[in-house]
Amino acid sequence: MTDTPTSDILIQRPAPEAGAAPVVVFRNVTAAFDGPPVLDDISFSVGPGETRVLLGPAGVGKSVLLKLANGLLRPTNGAIELLGEDITHLSEQRLFSLRSRVGMVFQEGALFDSLTVRDNVGYQFIQERLPEEKIDRRVRKALRFVELEDTFSLFPSSLSGGMRRRVAIARALISQPELILYDSPTGGLDPVTSTTIIELIIKERDVYRTPSILVTHRLQDAFTLCTHRFDTVKGRMVALPKGETDPTTTFLMLEEGRLIFDGSLHELLNSTNPFVREFLE
Amino acid sequence: MKSLESTAKDLVLTIQEYSLFAGRAFTNLYRRPIYFSEFLVQADIIGVGSAAIVLLSGFFTGGVLALQSAATLSAFGATAVTGRFVSLSMIRELGPVLTGVMVSGRNASSMASELGSMVVTEQIDAMRALGVDPIRKLVTPRIFACISMLFFLTIVADFFGILGGAAVTVFMNGQNGTQYFSMAYENLHYPDILQGLVKPLFFGYIIASIGCFYGMRTAGGTQGVGRSTISAVVTSSVLIIFVDFLISQVMISLFPL
Repeated sequence: MTDTPTSDILIQRPAPEAGAAPVVVFRNVTAAFDGPPVLDDISFSVGPGETRVLLGPAGVGKSVLLKLANGLLRPTNGAIELLGEDITHLSEQRLFSLRSRVGMVFQEGALFDSLTVRDNVGYQFIQERLPEEKIDRRVRKALRFVELEDTFSLFPSSLSGGMRRRVAIARALISQPELILYDSPTGGLDPVTSTTIIELIIKERDVYRTPSILVTHRLQDAFTLCTHRFDTVKGRMVALPKGETDPTTTFLMLEEGRLIFDGSLHELLNSTNPFVREFLE
Repeated sequence: MKSLESTAKDLVLTIQEYSLFAGRAFTNLYRRPIYFSEFLVQADIIGVGSAAIVLLSGFFTGGVLALQSAATLSAFGATAVTGRFVSLSMIRELGPVLTGVMVSGRNASSMASELGSMVVTEQIDAMRALGVDPIRKLVTPRIFACISMLFFLTIVADFFGILGGAAVTVFMNGQNGTQYFSMAYENLHYPDILQGLVKPLFFGYIIASIGCFYGMRTAGGTQGVGRSTISAVVTSSVLIIFVDFLISQVMISLFPL
């Protein structure tokens, strides 16, 4: 378990790759589906190696924002850039090749229930008709990363909720994506399993440095991401020195479809916005 | 008045969405990648899986046709033409329509519920996120499997329908079997067979495209899956009968009786 950091003693660790082109850019994006806008005039960007934690209560449009970033949904207004390409009006066929460069972890895992763990994790490679031995090797490597190598031949129905999320993470990581989107990866899980998932996300962030957007409504997960790093020698996550935070992990907060906060943990904790204050308390 | 307007708009929108969906699924056959193994799996599910119900419904329909017609035909002293009546009815109309409706009940529902479940559990979104086109991977193989299998299932239904008519004619009505089969065969012409074999091509397309369409636009959780399944079966069954009427009209005008 991690403590909520106090705002006045936070020090940021040096940020890598400053000034490089952003991986995702939202410019005044509005999304509506047969009614009032779900997202209204959203603008933000995700830089290389950056982890953006998207906070907000349930039903505020967090998952919609994630699906917009991947082109699974289309914005009503505004523009979205993904990996340097404007996807606002990109055809579905062009989006397929772009999406194969992005890993996505869905809320409930979204594993294919009629396929084994091996076929789920290696799905992309199976579609590309790679040699079986190569697929097996890559799948085992990805499963080893999430510490679930034993589940290779099992079906998703025989896995626990936490194991399914870990398999989903392995599926998202296997092709070494240029961006990872996590949609409430700890939602509905017990605290111990949630910590395991967050540890995996920290491991991914610190080992591969893949930029990511993580949707969550659990503050504790967000703070853990910011105040911990993965120790490759010990093989587990460890707390950063007291008061230090990961500079690549920053926060966004949504309130009723509008982006009301974009900044670091320090800025979040010192925000005077009443909604942010209420959310933090 | 407002609800009438919105209903009309919804209907037009649904037809537009269906046309785009079905068109895209059809043209995918000519673009790579082609999922041939998926086609074989679906052909097995639709073709082999439906063979028993098609065989039985064809057999008993042929039997009941012979049973019902015998009484009427005997009033005119024409019981000898029972074979002709059964074979023409089965091959031109009842074989394709019955097979279509039976396969629709079995497979349009399973396609809608299977794809609908995949939609509500985000498996379709996951597929798209992994760079795979779900229409190409899931819908196109089902449509072509359904078209090709319905063609053969209709032949099975026709054959067993004529056999069922023969069983009733010989064993229940006490008529001559040779006469039944010679009447059934001699009065059968190529336009009749053409009509009977063109229809399942359209019906197969309707069943799979409607089943997949309703499955893919499922919304509202497990209740939504149920609604999609009902809509798929009802719509495809009604469309089969409507398209049967249209094709019959065209065929009769092309090949007058």
